[in-house]
Amino acid sequence: MKLDVNSNSYTFLFASVLVIIVAALLSIAATSLKSRQDMNVAMEKKQNILMSLGMTVSREEAEERYYDIIQQELVLLDGKVQDGTVTAFDINMADEVKKGVDSRQLPLYIAKFEGANSYIVPLRGKGLWGPIWGYVALESDLSTVRGATFGHKTETPGLGAEISTPIFQDQFAQKRIMEGGEFVSIEVRKGDANGDHQVNGISGGTITSVGVDDMLKDCLKGYTTYFDRQKSAEIKVEEPIIKESTIQDSTMVSDEKLAIL
Amino acid sequence: MSEVKTEIEKIVTEPLFSKKNRQLMSSPLNDDNPITVQVLGICSALAITVKLEPAIVMSISVLFVLAAGNVIISLMRNLIPSRIRIIVQLVVVASLVILVDQVLKAYVYDVSKQLSVFVGLIITNCIIMGRFEAFALANTPWKSFLDGIGNALGYAWILIAVAFFRELLGSGTLFGIQIVPLTWYINPQTGEGFYANNGMMLLPPMALITVGIIIWIQRARNTKLIENA
Repeated sequence: MKLDVNSNSYTFLFASVLVIIVAALLSIAATSLKSRQDMNVAMEKKQNILMSLGMTVSREEAEERYYDIIQQELVLLDGKVQDGTVTAFDINMADEVKKGVDSRQLPLYIAKFEGANSYIVPLRGKGLWGPIWGYVALESDLSTVRGATFGHKTETPGLGAEISTPIFQDQFAQKRIMEGGEFVSIEVRKGDANGDHQVNGISGGTITSVGVDDMLKDCLKGYTTYFDRQKSAEIKVEEPIIKESTIQDSTMVSDEKLAIL
Repeated sequence: MSEVKTEIEKIVTEPLFSKKNRQLMSSPLNDDNPITVQVLGICSALAITVKLEPAIVMSISVLFVLAAGNVIISLMRNLIPSRIRIIVQLVVVASLVILVDQVLKAYVYDVSKQLSVFVGLIITNCIIMGRFEAFALANTPWKSFLDGIGNALGYAWILIAVAFFRELLGSGTLFGIQIVPLTWYINPQTGEGFYANNGMMLLPPMALITVGIIIWIQRARNTKLIENA
């Protein structure tokens, strides 16, 4: 029997069979590779967090050294530390930034690296074509930037994608996000950046640069309440406690204090 | 059945790399280049030639998708209903690309990050659909495979040539390594130096102009391409 490949019923049959085969093939591929992909993503996140401190680590090294360096992972809600239910590392920033600043669950990573405490804040925002993200490491004064890393999903290579290169990221070191106790963020501007609160944007990547600027303002803002409390708590706690124990303990003490407050 | 028989005979009698088969691979490199002669796949040629590295990654991905897709379409060519053939082609390209992307994400995560935006661009690459439609639907799998490799290489060398000039003149680097000596650059503080990168090269219009220059040179040298007035 000669098959009529142009009959209606054959066309339907062919399309259905093709779609089922393709769907099965792709779902098998997706599910069987999922665990490896998730592992890669988690390792990359750890790598990014450590790189914001100024470390250069491969993904594998990041996996090994992460828990040596990161002392605490806090979840903040409206400036207060939350206990238990969610782990900071698993919080999806993409969902959190859609909420109002007051109702966001914000992760804060406290690292001890090269003898000093650093507070690492995750960022999430919009670039030109898709999401952009990053991590900013603040020194223990909770204002001076120790380092920053940025990532993006689909920014244009050579233009917006340059935000994830050292040329752009290195500018952030030693900039300050606070001025006289007020939050001012760091401006990403077109040329002539100077002073403590400005960096140069990427030429040809204006919209991505503006995205980074907005992301910094939007995400850092959520932490200022906590930082303010942290600072005033430190003043109240005074020297003795800090002297005896590590700085990490002092933050824990002030966290407890905050919980009581 | 007779159809199959003659086909088998043809395969048996024709050597794998006959002159005709070799031409399938060589003509897309010059006389029948998908970018400079057929002017297909221009969109991705503009988008990803700012730097050499993504251009090469893109070329390899297109090579795989085009060769594998051509073979799959060619194997199915007598079964595909002609009314839905474009959709079938699209399904084949899209699934191949997704498959490649998933595998890269799991095993070579860094390369997959390089590809990021280009995965989608492979699906929309006119060369792939063009070859499926014009060649694979009417030819045997082996020939389609060679045709796929040839066209992908034709696409690749133009892409790499354009990316070479754009990265060198636009950023002063190749593969991200500084080529133009840093001492040549004009120093805004001291006013020394005489060189500045051409920022225009980073923008899409200059990719078009670079491709145009390549077409110009190619047409000037290759008499076959000169149309009779």
